Parts: sequence; structure tokens; C-alpha cells
Amino acid sequence: MATMKTVRMKVNGVTHESEVEPRTTLVDFLRGPLALTGTHVGCEHGVCGACTILVDGRTARSCLMLAVQADGAEITTVEGLATPEGLHPIQQAFIEEHGLQCGFCTPGFLMSLVELLSENPDPSDAEIKDVLGGQICRCTGYQSILKSVHSAIAKLRTAGVAAQPPLA
Amino acid sequence: MKPPPFEYEAPTTIQEVVALLQQHDGEAKILAGGQSLMPLLNMRFARPTALIDLGRMTDLDYIREENGAIAIGAMTTKRSVERSDLVKSRQPLLHASTTWIAHPQIRNRGTVGGSMAQADPAAEYPAVAVALDAEFVIAGPDGQRSVAASDFFITYLTTALKENEVLTEIRVPVLPERTGWSIQEVARRHGDFAMVGAVAILGLAGGSCESARVVLFGVGATPQRATSVEQALIGQAASEALFATAAEKAAEGLEDTISDVHASAEYRRHLAQVLTRRALAEAAERA
Repeated sequence: MATMKTVRMKVNGVTHESEVEPRTTLVDFLRGPLALTGTHVGCEHGVCGACTILVDGRTARSCLMLAVQADGAEITTVEGLATPEGLHPIQQAFIEEHGLQCGFCTPGFLMSLVELLSENPDPSDAEIKDVLGGQICRCTGYQSILKSVHSAIAKLRTAGVAAQPPLA
Repeated sequence: MKPPPFEYEAPTTIQEVVALLQQHDGEAKILAGGQSLMPLLNMRFARPTALIDLGRMTDLDYIREENGAIAIGAMTTKRSVERSDLVKSRQPLLHASTTWIAHPQIRNRGTVGGSMAQADPAAEYPAVAVALDAEFVIAGPDGQRSVAASDFFITYLTTALKENEVLTEIRVPVLPERTGWSIQEVARRHGDFAMVGAVAILGLAGGSCESARVVLFGVGATPQRATSVEQALIGQAASEALFATAAEKAAEGLEDTISDVHASAEYRRHLAQVLTRRALAEAAERA
């Protein structure tokens, strides 16, 4: 076994410190020791997008990052979106507009859209599709997801809130 | 689908990086953005004894204009290139090529140096580097050296980088006046690796082609200059008819055209001609 490394990162506002083997991917670290199983593992080579999370506010494939690379980073996973008051507007929009069926891909879609809509609250369809192209859904069909995005944009505008809460 | 064990190093200076490369004697791999290396590790196609992570090398993350070129630190992400006003205004071909690469989620972490050093034959950046005569700045045990793009890409996934060397900077010349550019590509979906792509750079003077550079990617082991197309253009009056005739020569110099499950060699040679014609027409409009 290789030399263990200590990593310290803030995940959804909570600081975690742990010893990891260097080869542990970030997604396995989140799902294993941290028991945050909302982030899904799909293809494990960066293509499907199911494991997409935010690292310092930017989307990243957590299967293409090692836990050691995230030392000192602030991570947001799908578990960080809802509050005790309710679901995140993007989550609510996906429910209302049938943006999911089996739901396996959904955490990745949500996190990619959090990044998009926090940087650009009024994206064009082309800009939305550029982002959705990086996420694979094999059952819902992208039209319902596109409708969900438009609904989410309207909800965020009405509520007057940013898609992404400022990092703690 | 889990990486084999390896040691992990996170140096903060070039000297440390080179010392670690020497210490591991060719068995270590440099980790840049990880968007190509991590899949290789997860699938166990690569089994390095150590990863040398450049993620803490913040001084390799920059874009600046120096002596007629855009100097880009090897650890600059594609997202930074895509969003750079300097790149957009001074080297628009580099900007446009970036938007063809994968998806925003990948461009957030994938780096310029990583793509160049990976040297995937279907990747956009190596082709753009060859088309623009970019220069590669490399650090090693004997100090710094620089290599021209035409000498940097050797064959599939192989560059002029030696075992103990690390790519630190890419210098991309800005285009001269009256010079137009274009990048065209066909892929199964936007963001996939290109089946075939074409980069054209055309300099016009009084309606005539003064300079021409055409580079194809996704067809052979490295980006390929279509020299017979270039020769057919020089000194001729720019027109749709000229571009059509010249583009027919795009497949001429291609040796060992890639043929795989995505596209046959014959289809790739066809695409090379079509995309060359489109690229020349668009480059002429911009010149």
C-alpha cells in the first residue's frame, strides 16, 4: 500500500479530515467514509456526468479527481442543495416538469445546472444545451430536462435568489 | 475501474517536479487536470509508481501577451482560455478551438499543458498548435529548452518530452494582419473527440492567397499539415472555386489514415476534403 495522506476539505459546509490512500477517487471518498451517497458513480471515466459535483464552486467529475487533490477545497454535493425549508428551486423544477425517471443521472444534472444558473441566470437554449451535453440521461429524454431548466430559471427569478449559495 | 496503488507528490516548484521525476526514474506520471490521465488510471491502462500533481503549481496558471505571442502556463485550464478576453481578441482561433473541447464540466479542470502533453491525435489543441507554429517551453534536469510544434508531436500519445522533463508553457503567436482562420470538425455529438477536424489559416493580399496553412486532425497519428492544399492556394486569387479544387487535395498526403469503429479511413478522407473546403471559405471571410 502506498503512503497514506491526510486530507482536509469542507463538504456542504462541514469540515472533514481523514487519512486516505492516494488512489482513492474523490467520489469514492464522498460515498464511502463520508457516506454522502447522493453523488452517483456511473462510467468512472468522465463521460456520463453522474458524479458531477462542485469544487470551489466549479463543476468537476468526482470520478476524475483524487481525494488528495481536493485537500483544502470546498465541495458541494447534491446533499448540499436542499435546506430544512425545502428543496432547491432546480430540484423542485425537475419534479414538476418530469426532469427525471430513474433518477440515476439527476444529481449530476442538478450540480451542472447550479453552476450554469449561478453564473448566468438567463442562459440561451444553446448555452443550456452546451452544459446538458456533458450529462448523459438514458431514460427521461432531454426535452423534459430542458423544460425543467426553464422552470428553474423562472423560479429563481421569482424568488430573487442565486442558484448557488455563497461558499461558507 | 479503480486505480492501482501509487505514491502521491504535490510539489510547488519546477525544481521539485524535475527532482521527483528523476527520483522515480521514468516510472512517475505528471498529473495536470487529470481529465485524460484519470480514465487511464481508473481503467488500469496506466500503472505509474507515483503521480506528481501539478495542481499546487499556481505559478503555471497564466495567460499573457509577450513579444507577439500569447504565453500560456501549462496548468491554465481550458475554461480560463475560453473566458480570456486576451485570447478572444488576440488569438480567436485558440478561443474557438477551446469551445469544441468536451464539455464545460471537463474544461473546468482540463489544462492546456495536459492536452498538449497527452497528444491525442483527435484533439483540437495539438492541431491548433501546429497550425499556429506554437512553441513549447520545457523544463528538465539541464534547465529549460523550447521545441517547435512541428517537432513536438511525434506519434500517438507521444511527444518530444523526455522522461525527466515537464511542459511549463505554450507560446502561441498572434495572427498577422489580413489573416483569417477557421476550425471545422465532425464528431458524433458536440464535445466528443473529432472523427476529423480541419484548421485553416489564410493570409490574403489584394484578393490573392499570400499565405496558407491547413492542418488536419483525427486522421493520423499526429496533426497533419495538408501541404499540397497549401501549395495549391499560394499566389492564387481567393474564390470558392479555388478552395474547392485545393480541398480535393486534402486527402493526398494522408498516410495510414485512422480507420476504426467511429469512421472508416475512406470516410475520414472524404471528411478531410469537405472540412478543408469549409475551413478555407470561412478563413477567407475573416481575412
